[in-house]
Amino acid sequence: MENEIGHNIPDSLLKETGHRPFTGEEIVDTEVHWTGPTVHIGHKHGSKLCASIHDAIVATGLRDGMTISFHHHFREGDHVFGLVMREIMAMGIQDLTLAPSSLTNVMNDVVIDAVRAGTVTRITSSGMRGTLGEFVSHGGMREPVIFRSHGGRARAIEEGDIRIDVAFLGVPSSDEMGNANGTHGKAVFGSLGYALMDARYANQVVLLTDDLVEYPNTPASINETEVDYVVTVPSVGDPDKIGTGATRFTKDPKELKIARMVNAVITGSEQFHDGFSFQTGSGGAALAVNRYLAQSMRDAGITASFALGGITTPTVQLLNEGLVHRILDVQDFDKGSASSMAAEEGQQEIDASWYADPHNRGAVVTNLDVAVLSALEIDTSFNVNVMTGSNGVIRGAIGGHQDAATARLTIISAPLVRGRIATVTSAVDTLVTPGSSVDVLVTEVGVAVNPARPELRERLTGVAGLPLTDIATLRDRALSIVGIPAPIQHGERTVALVEYRDGTLLDVIHDVA
Amino acid sequence: MKIEHSVLVGTLESSDVQITLSNGDGGVEVTLQSDVAAEYGDQITAVVRDVLAEYGIADAAVQVVDKGALDCTIRARMIAAVQRAIDAPHDPKWEVIAHD
Repeated sequence: MENEIGHNIPDSLLKETGHRPFTGEEIVDTEVHWTGPTVHIGHKHGSKLCASIHDAIVATGLRDGMTISFHHHFREGDHVFGLVMREIMAMGIQDLTLAPSSLTNVMNDVVIDAVRAGTVTRITSSGMRGTLGEFVSHGGMREPVIFRSHGGRARAIEEGDIRIDVAFLGVPSSDEMGNANGTHGKAVFGSLGYALMDARYANQVVLLTDDLVEYPNTPASINETEVDYVVTVPSVGDPDKIGTGATRFTKDPKELKIARMVNAVITGSEQFHDGFSFQTGSGGAALAVNRYLAQSMRDAGITASFALGGITTPTVQLLNEGLVHRILDVQDFDKGSASSMAAEEGQQEIDASWYADPHNRGAVVTNLDVAVLSALEIDTSFNVNVMTGSNGVIRGAIGGHQDAATARLTIISAPLVRGRIATVTSAVDTLVTPGSSVDVLVTEVGVAVNPARPELRERLTGVAGLPLTDIATLRDRALSIVGIPAPIQHGERTVALVEYRDGTLLDVIHDVA
Repeated sequence: MKIEHSVLVGTLESSDVQITLSNGDGGVEVTLQSDVAAEYGDQITAVVRDVLAEYGIADAAVQVVDKGALDCTIRARMIAAVQRAIDAPHDPKWEVIAHD
């Protein structure tokens, strides 16, 4: 069958993987069954401390064919993943499914080694970049990788599509029974949002920490009811590489222009009302949007009920100023926001299910008014690709893109071209977020409203500083600058599947020669 | 026209191109290094060859290290390279430069 953008998804593949094809972003009114973990009881009195990672792995009984997981809250500063995976490889365990919340560059070499050694034969992740993306795109794995959004992963864990046998979770602070948080210790990252799913649903949970504190450790995001073993390691992560240090405000005139226009779209829309909510994300342009939006809120005397998503210090400042009443925090991108979660009552840690799971009894994205998101590529049907680069190679992550895009007003903010690569194209290489989720594209040369939102276009017509155009015009303008690229040469082999947040199959990624 | 000596033009900054132009082995040989070689390699090479042809240079070795430059940039760098390589940096060949 063909999906929304005419990408061919073979019926045989659907049959093999058990996927239903994507039919639309609406979540149907139905019932689902959640799975629970198998809990090992009776021998956990006293300390759960293990002398080494090796001993902990032995204690869990990890064996061939099981599923293991990690979180990526340490991002490029992660030390835990390598320590655990190298030990598992040394023990000769084979045929594991690797199911982390995402994979960062610092993990790439270990993953590639583990695949080559047969230790890992299946991967599901939010995304991957660099050498690992190249490895998979060039056919390095026999089984296709499955990419899921953060909300989609939470759903998959709850519904049993991902059954984690052992979760290895690095934490900056824990006691010997497993009461742990991400806000205290040497390598703090703030919210444990993605890891909370693993802690709750894995059959066995091993915590690794470099800061063992007196029992009982509070605040406890992960608590002892969920933890089987605790191991101390010399260092869980490099604090300087976990997030950016001081958040810098961009001086790039192009980014500032885009940010001003994004803000004009928000303030010109009906979503800009007292008590509205937003997710603006990280990155230079997003922080600039935050600043412009804050000024518009002061000028209009409007405050927001909540800010969502990956949190940065400027958002915490809005909370302190009273412009934002609550922060719902699934992940923190810098030290300031990571540390403040411990002190700020209004900065609430949320797990990935609460954030964005489409199949629970209420996720925050359902109540999100405004989302500002990026794109590697957006096509004339407003479909977005944040997964494969201009050469077709995997180099991205779904993250919360599909999830946040269900907001009432979803704005894609992107430069028209990056270097010689056009952002606006005729058809995206990989469909990650369907165009039906996207309302507006803002580039530095013009703003295109999805034709399916005529009332929004009407409303934005005449807003000062908003050059409205249509998306085909933007595509033509981009191509007139960079020239028409040679088509991407994909092979026949399926190297990865892209799920929609509800578990249906959106697209397949083929190998690159 | 004949290349009198080897020249190096351009930089390795993003969106620029660095070109080394020297005497060839009885023809035009272009080697290209670019992150967008798969998408734009043929176009980049064509721009390089076009400029050489417009100057009537049939014997050249060109090393192109591209950092995502647009055609107009590649063309401008090539013109500068040739003008210097033929020892005429202050004597521009207007019929090439005025090319649209």
